[in-house]
Amino acid sequence: MKRAILDELNLAKARKETTVLLTNLKNGEQELIYPLRSDVKHPLLDDLKTAIRDDKSYVHVTENEETFIQVFNPPLRLIIVGAVHISQFLVPMAQSVGYEVILIDPRSAFGNKTRFPNCEITNEWPDEAMEDLKPDHRTAVVLLTHDPKLDDPALEASLQSDAFYIGALGSKRTHAKRLDRLSSLNNLKRIEGPIGLDIGAKNPAEIAVSILASITKFLRHGDKK
Amino acid sequence: MIKENGNETSTEDLLKTAAAWHDEGRKVALATVIKTWGSSPRQAGSIMIIDQNMTMLGSVSGGCIEGAVIQEALEIMDHGKADILEFGVGDEQAWNVGLACGGTIQVYVERLEAT
Repeated sequence: MKRAILDELNLAKARKETTVLLTNLKNGEQELIYPLRSDVKHPLLDDLKTAIRDDKSYVHVTENEETFIQVFNPPLRLIIVGAVHISQFLVPMAQSVGYEVILIDPRSAFGNKTRFPNCEITNEWPDEAMEDLKPDHRTAVVLLTHDPKLDDPALEASLQSDAFYIGALGSKRTHAKRLDRLSSLNNLKRIEGPIGLDIGAKNPAEIAVSILASITKFLRHGDKK
Repeated sequence: MIKENGNETSTEDLLKTAAAWHDEGRKVALATVIKTWGSSPRQAGSIMIIDQNMTMLGSVSGGCIEGAVIQEALEIMDHGKADILEFGVGDEQAWNVGLACGGTIQVYVERLEAT
């Protein structure tokens, strides 16, 4: 690998931009592609986008060439709205699975360093915070406040983003009311509500497990059931 | 510094470290898993970096083949010709280096070039 390519790769990673490194396995030639930029043209572009979505590096074989497609996706992020009891379990679990976790709660009695010592916390209103955070295709968003004043603006922002998972806490009834309130928006089916895999979770820690399980399923299987 | 669970984080750290080693004037080789069959602990894209003193960071297996990869990496640091190494069940060498996990794995080893 040429040093110039390594440096470019490190810069892209610092910007959190998705890149793909192509290595010709016959002659060792390498090039760095940015398949998510709008102006990119490349014969393998569709394959590269699939590889990015699946976060899967592999050897692409054609008649004459073998090319190693190596995906460098930005780190996984989990944005949680609501510094509630469930979050106290979800934050460390998600961190150990590899997520950078950001907690949003304008109520500083909930969102503070005493309750969440090892996590980035913002006390901004969710719509402002979401604008700064810009959820991308490697971001999951979880709404846990039960409070429409806080959840709804964050939901609206998430629905306009590429977030691979959007989940909102609440019973079927609560979720039906939520969908009524938001009926003017598109893509409401993207919201998982009630949130989490149905594993019969009873307490905050178990609910955190069910949420993280569902996020993992969306990450690895897409929205396939 | 290297987190085994956060694959992306560790790769990022490794590539930064490779650049830092190179800045110090060390010879650096990169070993990247390009193909796996069957059960294998590290997926394609996993990286290990090696310097001429056999310092290594990251991994390409669960510790089974790293020794053999380092040996090869030292040679590639000298002659500069990238190579694909294959280890697997039924492969005498793989058995010798202890790839007991039951998989087959291909590793691309290349030198970090100044220009």
